[in-house]
Amino acid sequence: MSLPDPTDASSSHRYISNAGEDIREMLAVIGVDSIDRLFDTIPADVKLEGLLDIPGPWSEIESRRWFRGLAARNVSTADHVSFLGGGAYAHYQPAVVDQLLLRAEFLTAYTPYQPEVSQGTLQSIFEYQTHQSLLTGLDVANASLYDGSTALCEAVLLAERIVKGKHKIILAKSIHPHYRQTVRTYIQNLGIEIVEVGWGEDGRIDLDALRAATEGAFAVAVQSPNFLGVVEDYDAIGRATDITKISVVAEATSFGILAPPGEHGFDICVGEGQAWGIPTQFGGPYVGFMVVRDHLKRHMPGRLVGETVDVDGKRAWVLTLATREQHIRRGKATSNICTNQALIALAANMYLSLLGKEGLREVATQCVQKAAYLRDKLKAVKSVELPFSGPIYNELVVRTPFPAAEIQNDLEHEKILGGIPLGDFYEGHDRDFLVAVTELHTREQLDRYAAVLSAAISRERR
Amino acid sequence: MTATIEPEAAQKETAQKSSTEPLIFERSRRGRRGYQLPDLDVPEQQLDNILPAALRRSEIADEVEVSEVDVVRHFTRLSKLNVSIDAGLYPLGSCTMKHNPRINEEIARTPGFAHSHPMQPEHQVQGNLELLWHLEQTLKEIFGLPRVTLQPVAGAHGELTGILMVHKALAKTGNARKYILIPDSAHGTNPASAAFAGYQIKELKSNNRGTVDLSTLEAAMNEDVAALMITVPNTLGVFESEIKAMADILHAKGAYLYCDGANLNSFVGIARPGDMGIDVIHSNLHKTFSTPHGGGGPGAGPVGVSESLMPFVPTPTVERREDGTFYLDFNHPHSIGRMRAFHGNFNVLVRALTYMRSMGPTGLRRIAQLAVLNANYIRARLKGHYHLPYDAPTLHEVVFSDKLQTPKDVHTLDIAKRLMDYGFHPPTIYFPLIVSGALMIEPTESEPKEELDAFCEAMIAIARESEERPELVRSAPHTTPVRRLDEARAARQPVLRWKKG
Repeated sequence: MSLPDPTDASSSHRYISNAGEDIREMLAVIGVDSIDRLFDTIPADVKLEGLLDIPGPWSEIESRRWFRGLAARNVSTADHVSFLGGGAYAHYQPAVVDQLLLRAEFLTAYTPYQPEVSQGTLQSIFEYQTHQSLLTGLDVANASLYDGSTALCEAVLLAERIVKGKHKIILAKSIHPHYRQTVRTYIQNLGIEIVEVGWGEDGRIDLDALRAATEGAFAVAVQSPNFLGVVEDYDAIGRATDITKISVVAEATSFGILAPPGEHGFDICVGEGQAWGIPTQFGGPYVGFMVVRDHLKRHMPGRLVGETVDVDGKRAWVLTLATREQHIRRGKATSNICTNQALIALAANMYLSLLGKEGLREVATQCVQKAAYLRDKLKAVKSVELPFSGPIYNELVVRTPFPAAEIQNDLEHEKILGGIPLGDFYEGHDRDFLVAVTELHTREQLDRYAAVLSAAISRERR
Repeated sequence: MTATIEPEAAQKETAQKSSTEPLIFERSRRGRRGYQLPDLDVPEQQLDNILPAALRRSEIADEVEVSEVDVVRHFTRLSKLNVSIDAGLYPLGSCTMKHNPRINEEIARTPGFAHSHPMQPEHQVQGNLELLWHLEQTLKEIFGLPRVTLQPVAGAHGELTGILMVHKALAKTGNARKYILIPDSAHGTNPASAAFAGYQIKELKSNNRGTVDLSTLEAAMNEDVAALMITVPNTLGVFESEIKAMADILHAKGAYLYCDGANLNSFVGIARPGDMGIDVIHSNLHKTFSTPHGGGGPGAGPVGVSESLMPFVPTPTVERREDGTFYLDFNHPHSIGRMRAFHGNFNVLVRALTYMRSMGPTGLRRIAQLAVLNANYIRARLKGHYHLPYDAPTLHEVVFSDKLQTPKDVHTLDIAKRLMDYGFHPPTIYFPLIVSGALMIEPTESEPKEELDAFCEAMIAIARESEERPELVRSAPHTTPVRRLDEARAARQPVLRWKKG
């Protein structure tokens, strides 16, 4: 098979500047007669004969056509009303955020290893760290982790490092199932034992079971609002156990109204920042966060930005405490993380800044009020049961006499994505599903949801 | 020849530029707002009745109050303090800073992708699943390996995934073994990931070509070795020509060959890891496949595996039914488990597949060809002006050192900072660790010859300055928004957040 001659004009590609004439001049400077010669160190027996068997090259016109065709095969949340949450929430992202995010100076810059030409990125991370501190009531935040699930993994590993001689972690069973599964994957060879503690009738962690599990554990992690939508009582957890406490927050707009974990006895708060206006985009990219008390800062995983001055005494920002990190400490680093979720952290900084003190409270308040309204509406629907009595933020578990997946199919016919069936995650919960409400829902949509659910139940009954 | 940039003139220019921007918290003014929500349209209930006061906070003390105008000005000004690939050559070695096509951004923002929810049932997200399936097929072909997991969201995350699979596969035979072998030229993530997966590290010394001798590998091999983690080509840009023999040595002892695919850009479409005997490889899609670095992320780090590791891939996988529909398969009883919530960095994967389609088989091959040509051009032009510690032929990057400049007390850091005055982002410095004072240059295929020439001329000018006016280089940069920073102070007295003063 004959391969294209790279100096031939027909070989040029729009993303690769140099072509025929350039290539010949450069080869002359290098002193070889063809590009192939530059690959002589790759043995012939591992070289590919011919070209890869993949589609393309496509023009933008062809790419657009094909990818839009795929996107059209999804049931879009744009022409349905979605009540899906479960760790990914549709909140409004102000138009300004994406426009600013597309600025090439942010989008196409690398990790700010050279601070003199990266002050924009560094200052933004410093601001992002500050927002995290203010929201959680804790002292030190890092520059970002991959997502909520891996942030929890890092928190578990951090807690194990600081508590010597104990290797048991307690996870509330009401932590996001994917997060717990990810922790199980991460720690599988590290000699850490996981004990899961279930919930009581209110949907909150079972404090008696927690007390019983505490012996020999280095830490406990609790999600609030938890995967059942219920807000945990941090103080009651503190009274039940004095081991290191990790708060997990998967719905980050809840910081706008809920008590900050740092002011209620928690030493570490980790979670998922997607709710700060990041599109749900099928699960990523999102942004994991970690905030800890000051004395834990040298145990943190990931990058940290600190303040300093330049030689003229001018204030500036720089990556710091790097001796924790893999590029210095290698096999003894606090984490293997290098690339993080910087651009999403920037989007979060923009969102948090735009919303600010009042806006964050207002979004959270609307979530609480609208969820409470829907909760009352659903209570009134015949055969609907709300299995958990604890206070909620913006999500609740709904139970009907019928399999949750069937009810969801019925709702989909009415262009409603009505909730996440819980049977796959919790045994014996096949009739339960999780319903999320945000500031984007209107009263009319909430009323219609209750009416359509009621009709679906009646239909199932026949 | 590029003229020397005089510090006096530069400082004047700096003073003219508004080179500082207050923190967003310092812009805060009570009463300003940057958002508006619709009025609450449901009957308002007493908060105490629905969310007890003990669970609530009073206010978010010290959070900002700024207008949309403030926010736009603030972030626009911050952006101007950065350099970026869109503004010019960004030759960070090992980072593959290439052009980021904007069609990728547009497609990722298609509402059907951007607003799809990760907990939607399969039948509602057939488009997404099909896209992931196609991406896996494409990466399988690029790797020459039969299975690829798309869950890992970064290179290091891929490394952890790969080594966990190796561990699980070996554990199944009754002995997970103790050690991972890693050359001294490796990225720091390699040993860190191996340690996270439960292994101890044994470092292999490079030879005088910067590669690993077969005899070194053979001497280190025993039944306790689980795998060799190696970067191909290595961090000097040198291809390990004996890679197949290495694979044979490992396989003969029941161990695996892990390839850090950070440098895939240098041989994509030219050779395939699977054909080299590699059992497991991650690819940083934010490098070779052009998803934007975004100031440090997000990325994606899919992992390809050989047949023997297929049972251990993370769940779920995306599969195609006979009837052409797609589904998530959780039925992998030997899987290492889930590496992350949901489906990885999906919208990074969308961008990467867009790029792969834009390039096609001819374009991917051309990437490697031109990336290697560009790097060798720089190497040819700068040789003699800078010391080349390893003379072996290199592919997509070239590593110089400061050996010729140190007699004048000019060091790699100084050269890097001085490059900023000439308008270029510096190369990666002081890495790989096996080169004292390393300057690791990776231009990528994107760069036109003129840009490469301008860069080389700047480097040559700095070499000349180092001889004639070393102080000018040592005190660089002179034209940047801030000058050299007191990094020791940042670490000694860490200030990691703003506090109301």
